[in-house]
Amino acid sequence: MNETKKQLFKKGMKDGIPIGLGYFAVSFTLGIAAKNAGMTAFQAAITSALINASAGEFIGFTLIAANAGYLEVMIMEAVANARYLLMSCALSQKVSPKTGLLHRMLMGFYVTDEIFGVSVAQKELKPIYSYGVISMAAPGWTLGTFLGVLMGNILPLRVVSALSVALYGMFAAVFVPPAKENKVVAGLIIISFVASFIFNRATIFAGISSGIKIIILTVIISLGAAILFPVKKEE
Amino acid sequence: MEHNVYIYIIIMAVTTYLIRVLPLTLIRKEITNVTIRSFLYYVPYVTLAVMTFPAILESTQSPVSGAVALVIALGLSWMGKSLFQVSVFSCVAVFLIELILN
Repeated sequence: MNETKKQLFKKGMKDGIPIGLGYFAVSFTLGIAAKNAGMTAFQAAITSALINASAGEFIGFTLIAANAGYLEVMIMEAVANARYLLMSCALSQKVSPKTGLLHRMLMGFYVTDEIFGVSVAQKELKPIYSYGVISMAAPGWTLGTFLGVLMGNILPLRVVSALSVALYGMFAAVFVPPAKENKVVAGLIIISFVASFIFNRATIFAGISSGIKIIILTVIISLGAAILFPVKKEE
Repeated sequence: MEHNVYIYIIIMAVTTYLIRVLPLTLIRKEITNVTIRSFLYYVPYVTLAVMTFPAILESTQSPVSGAVALVIALGLSWMGKSLFQVSVFSCVAVFLIELILN
């Protein structure tokens, strides 16, 4: 590894630490849900290691608890995780066209809300940076789920509560700096906050899952902005 | 009918993985269409903003601590603090406020 690669990996690790901490808190509660679905700590841990998706796993565990059909599980997973399709499209424009298939397949495995968040903040997304992030974030997710099944409610609620905002803090650190430079982005963030709030509180939308709400709002707001404020290509 | 837990896990894993990996592996070129490019440029910020609010208010034990954490996160990010610092200070804020509230 040459020096710049090492530095990139380290930078990824540094960005991955808060993700890992946040993951630990979130996945701990996920472990409790898995336990309620009758799963063992081992089964819950491999689910987390393979799937890396909070909403997707919550829905999965709920369906497993209900002894749902396989097709139903497949459809609900696709719906709950559809936003990753958009994120993956966006990331495809962040990596160099020369990036090999194997790297793309590995990076694709970890398209999560949080890892996506730090990835898009890169000028150009290099696989080695992603691996640094993953090395810190992924263990937190799997370990948290495992311990959640085993220890249930040992961790004080106050600590879980405090850790749970780590992920949102990280999101803010990604979307605020560009808003400072670009007035359109700043306006979009305010619109997103307001629209998201209305969508979450209005009773007519109560039947829609949060994953679907995120997709609908993202597509409508981003598409509107793309048509009204097209971005000129910068070199 | 009894279902096998491991088959459930495999179905969930394969479905989720395909969704994540297909765009990243199939879109190999730079997209030239201005509208699509602009759309993909805005997607991350909109999606992260939508996911943050109002979810942050519901993630903590009290909406007040979540709201303060949000204000602190926005403020520190505006000041250009690192991802790690923003996260840690948001967590500390929640912890302290809930200590005072209860």
